Amino acid sequence: MLKKRIIPLMLLLDERLVKTTQFDSWRDVGDPVKSASVYNSQYTDELVLLNIAREQRTIEQLAELIPEIAKVSFMPLSVGGGINSLADAAYLINQGADKVIINSAAYHSPALISEIANQFGRQAVIISLDVKTQNDHFVLYSHCGQQEESVSLEQHIESCQQAGAGEFMIQSIDHDGMMAGFNIPLFAQVMALSKVPVIGCSGSGHYQHLKQAFVETGVSGLGCGSLFNFSDSNPIRAKSYLSNYDLPFKQV
Amino acid sequence: MIGILNIGLGNIQSVYNAVYENGFDPVLVTQPEQLAELSHFILPGVGHFNAVSKKLEELGFSQAIQAFIAEGKPTLGICLGMQLLATNSVEGSLTSGLDIIPANILPIAELTDLPVPHVGWNEVALTQSHPVFDNIKDHRDFYFVHSYHMKCQNTEHVLATTDYGQQLICCVAKDNVVGVQFHPEKSQKNGMQLLENFCDWDGVWQTNVKEEVKDEVTSQHLGAVTC
Repeated sequence: MLKKRIIPLMLLLDERLVKTTQFDSWRDVGDPVKSASVYNSQYTDELVLLNIAREQRTIEQLAELIPEIAKVSFMPLSVGGGINSLADAAYLINQGADKVIINSAAYHSPALISEIANQFGRQAVIISLDVKTQNDHFVLYSHCGQQEESVSLEQHIESCQQAGAGEFMIQSIDHDGMMAGFNIPLFAQVMALSKVPVIGCSGSGHYQHLKQAFVETGVSGLGCGSLFNFSDSNPIRAKSYLSNYDLPFKQV
Repeated sequence: MIGILNIGLGNIQSVYNAVYENGFDPVLVTQPEQLAELSHFILPGVGHFNAVSKKLEELGFSQAIQAFIAEGKPTLGICLGMQLLATNSVEGSLTSGLDIIPANILPIAELTDLPVPHVGWNEVALTQSHPVFDNIKDHRDFYFVHSYHMKCQNTEHVLATTDYGQQLICCVAKDNVVGVQFHPEKSQKNGMQLLENFCDWDGVWQTNVKEEVKDEVTSQHLGAVTC
């Protein structure tokens, strides 16, 4: 049986890791390579590295950083931020990434999803969904939460799946960095629509939040930023706690 | 010297890094002649069986690898590298492998309704002991990414299985050759241990199927191989 995953989210801004609240107000939380090394020593299941720089959205910085991270971290690495072409994705994968995360490009050039999936397999493509809740509706955003998209959540998930998405990663902009719990209705809705694994992010503040999300929505993995950055928590303790609820985690 | 096959298909850097982190200084093998200098050989796994098999043949690697293995030197196949050890595969079109282990490579989709590829951390249940699993407990998790699986013709070559709807064979061994379907270079502590064990292994191993699993393994994996 496949195991549930706890995934630390590493947000990159100008060579440093930061943590945001509601996609805004950045706080420095350390060095990317050192953090990856620490997470590796904590037997983390997988790492996500997202470049959230809003200017110069290119893959240069990620491409420089990945080989350094690959020397200290021996687990799957997913990277995203500024990937606009098959060449971008291929370059990052050849540098040592296992999966690429696509957000904005999935709206304006959905063919990119198919191109990457055909060349590297669909497991290599994660589609990130940045969502705000407006009048009880889920609204999608691209370009680091700055641009509202008109396509509905249902349509977008359907078309990305058709194109070859291997996983969905949900970020709730309203919940990001608030440490007050995940957007459970949003996770439930995406789970109902998705045929591929779903990673839920945004809002973890303590282990109860993780338990609630796993038990109530059945997501495959949960991404945590603030929980590991700002509290006395780490993936080992999180999984030890969650094991009390019959949730399956990797045995080391 | 430890050599890692690099024929320009896919990224082999993570295998290199993991072996290096274990304190060894591996070389990347791009020419069949380099095999003569090696004590240990790793066939890493990325890509398409058909494409890689053709490329190995073109570059003159197929015979060189078979000769290297015949000398009794330790050889490790990872993911597609393990599958290449089989007799043949149906990936692409029916293609011959290196034919080291009598086995066939078949799609996982024929066995289960679960999503394919099989991706993620899954448990490895040993059916035999082997030096590359020294200091690794039974039923630990390793990182998998694959759409095809190996079906062995002899129980004695099956080292471990993993449960994905069905029991899939995920480790095989024969004499000085061992193959793992998962990615040890992405499987942290236990994967690193496995690579270290391999680099320290002298290539000697004898089949030792546990009595209690003999019948189980036989009934699940063997039988009529029609491929």
